[in-house]
Amino acid sequence: MSVNKAFFSEKRGLFSLPSANSLEGEIHMHLETKLVQAGVAKDERTGAVSFPVYYATAYRHPALGQSTGYDYTRTANPTRTVLEQAIAEAEGGDAGFACASGMAAVHTVMGLFSQGDHLVVSLDLYGGTYRLFEQVLSRYGLRFSYVDLRDVKNLEEAIRPETRAVFVETPTNPLMQITDIAAVAEVAKRNGLLTIVDNTFMTPYCQRPLGLGADLVLHSATKYLGGHNDVLAGLIVTKGEELSEKIRFLHNSIGAVLGPQDCWLLLRGMKTLALRMERHQANAYAIAQKLREHPAVTDVFYPGLAEHPGYEVQRRQASGFSGMVSFRLRSADQVAPFLERLRIVSFAESLGGVESLCTYPATQTHADIPQEIREYVGVCDRLLRLSVGIEHPDDLIADVCQALDASLAVAGGSVR
Amino acid sequence: MNFATKLLHGTSCIDPVTGAASVPIYQASTFHQADLDRPGVYDYARSGNPTRHALEEAIAVLEGGERGFAFASGMAAISSVFMLFSAGDHVVVAEDVYGGTYRFLTKVLSRMGITVSFVDTTSLEQVEAAIRPETKGIYLETPSNPTLKVTDIAAVCALAKQRGLLVIVDNTFMTPYYQRPLELGADVVIHSATKFIGGHSDVVAGLAVTREAALGEQLYMIQNGMGAILGVQDSWLVLRGLKSLKARLDVSTQTAEKLARWLSTHPAVSRVYYTGLPEHDGHDLQNRQASGHGAVLSFDVGSRERAKALFDRVRLPIVAVSLGAVETILSYPAMMSHAAMPPAERARRGITDGLIRLSAGLEDAGDLLQDLAQALDALGPVEQVADRDAADDKQAFSWA
Repeated sequence: MSVNKAFFSEKRGLFSLPSANSLEGEIHMHLETKLVQAGVAKDERTGAVSFPVYYATAYRHPALGQSTGYDYTRTANPTRTVLEQAIAEAEGGDAGFACASGMAAVHTVMGLFSQGDHLVVSLDLYGGTYRLFEQVLSRYGLRFSYVDLRDVKNLEEAIRPETRAVFVETPTNPLMQITDIAAVAEVAKRNGLLTIVDNTFMTPYCQRPLGLGADLVLHSATKYLGGHNDVLAGLIVTKGEELSEKIRFLHNSIGAVLGPQDCWLLLRGMKTLALRMERHQANAYAIAQKLREHPAVTDVFYPGLAEHPGYEVQRRQASGFSGMVSFRLRSADQVAPFLERLRIVSFAESLGGVESLCTYPATQTHADIPQEIREYVGVCDRLLRLSVGIEHPDDLIADVCQALDASLAVAGGSVR
Repeated sequence: MNFATKLLHGTSCIDPVTGAASVPIYQASTFHQADLDRPGVYDYARSGNPTRHALEEAIAVLEGGERGFAFASGMAAISSVFMLFSAGDHVVVAEDVYGGTYRFLTKVLSRMGITVSFVDTTSLEQVEAAIRPETKGIYLETPSNPTLKVTDIAAVCALAKQRGLLVIVDNTFMTPYYQRPLELGADVVIHSATKFIGGHSDVVAGLAVTREAALGEQLYMIQNGMGAILGVQDSWLVLRGLKSLKARLDVSTQTAEKLARWLSTHPAVSRVYYTGLPEHDGHDLQNRQASGHGAVLSFDVGSRERAKALFDRVRLPIVAVSLGAVETILSYPAMMSHAAMPPAERARRGITDGLIRLSAGLEDAGDLLQDLAQALDALGPVEQVADRDAADDKQAFSWA
């Protein structure tokens, strides 16, 4: 039996990027093009248009002290590399890292900080991030101040000598508050802080925080980037060699990496990101307009509405408004009947998929935030969050409206 | 139920709707909720996914624990389990832990205010001496990687119980087939399931099992909160690999034993580490606390140059990082598994420049032996460093 050991040593350039990189200098590529081209024909041996899923955990070394560039899959996997390069390019960063979940991405990044360090964080924040900070990382001596970053003065006031970073969600989840990324990054830079932006709601299609001065971008790629409610994943993109190396070290050491099949699914989802975002956004705008007029609804939160207080900043720093709409019903009694009557929209946690989902933040995504903080921020028990999918807008509007009508009828007594 | 049967029937993997004999891959990140007041078992896949759940139940049953957890990698399992501790806590750790664990403890966890002492856990006195008022746990790997030192799990657990400490055991080399630390008193068992449990060099995964439900709740909070979970396709692959665990280990262990005996007689080899050899320091203890010696052995060929020459000559084994696969894997700890450890620390642990680790696969033992023989013969005899033990070993083991 003979073993072809020469294969890898001869093919050192197996994963060199033939087209995409060499073209970049000559031809300007739009994000749509970059995303669709990710991984295309990078497999030089076969020319496969879809990059293969490499299940191998270990890679034969051509000889002692030599490597093909791949040693052990936790450290690097060819399928994961294609995904990581794609997100880095889409966000305009220097390096990308794929993690087991959005929370795995957040906690990997938090490995940058040490006992005694302090971070300033968006007040209105995904409940899972809040839980990680307060219930896990606080035990390691990390400190967090939650401030309303819509006013950059609040950031300046919260900075202490031991502050190391500002962690921004914009638009916030679930109240869609808009933070001026460039203004925050400017204050952060002046004070020697890292700016970290959770870009899950916007995706690089609508917003690229690194271009606005942020140092690091995070994604729950489970959401719009994956887009099909079928894969759990997190992504990190860094700017600068030093920060990239630090995250590379943490990513490998902590080991919360994304498996190859999930990398491939995510890459597959990302190819249609632009199309999906356009439709999500158009549908969300149509629903937001309808909700505004409905008697069962008191408030609508969508940054694409001209009356939204963050509308101008959003228009300046992003090229779109995405597909997330929150709204308040007149009374908490309407929530259960509304959710029960929905026929097309699923009552489920998560967002950003092709299917429309409705979430009740008070008991689902934000259940881990203490009630008094939730109420103070505005995540009350009348608040619902819609992740508007890519179904036909008329069907979605009809479904939401009939459920709203029914909720008024059922809860009529208390609403009057 | 015997272990072999438990591997296949220990938990109900039959899909109740279709009767499918293999648990379906639920590639869903979220689950529809029928009723606001009665949330379903599954809501969001990070918190729970039916495919991952099947794997988590299976490993809990096999290890004899209350609750199982699947993580994105062995290191994700280890880093998550260490989050059970808080700033100010101290942990006593086996000195020859896997290099990746060493790196995580010294470069990441240390910044979070958790301190560790590395001690030779084969000595109960050393373990006891390292315990401080703020010590909260003891972390073991037995047999250790790569020199296969054996720690008395039950004795350490008894000591830990007296002092109210948590005992965590990395059971990767043994798997629950050969060794079940929870039954010996440990609180948490960890696996790099990338190795024997997955067994096919095709999935990176980590597993953890807690003996008690209360600790399981704490670890669940960490698993869900930190989110370093295993994906569904990977969960399914691990479950699939698990089914043949006993059959694979039976063959690989037999081969490892054969190779260890033969290597210890070979003039090109100065020393062999394998707990199955009666002269191994931990041989009797291993026989007492485990039902097998496993498929990993290490041997010393004397120098880096000779190791390199051997790697160049072998035809069958894969030269690679990792272990515990159907393919035989040779690795070079000094530059691979233990590269993250400073040279002085490596030397102290016997991880010399001539040390090679072999993880026996499922190839024919005769073929492997023949291949190693041609590679070793070409090296010529190893320079006899004054190592009486090794010389004695050779006399005792002429290959029959």
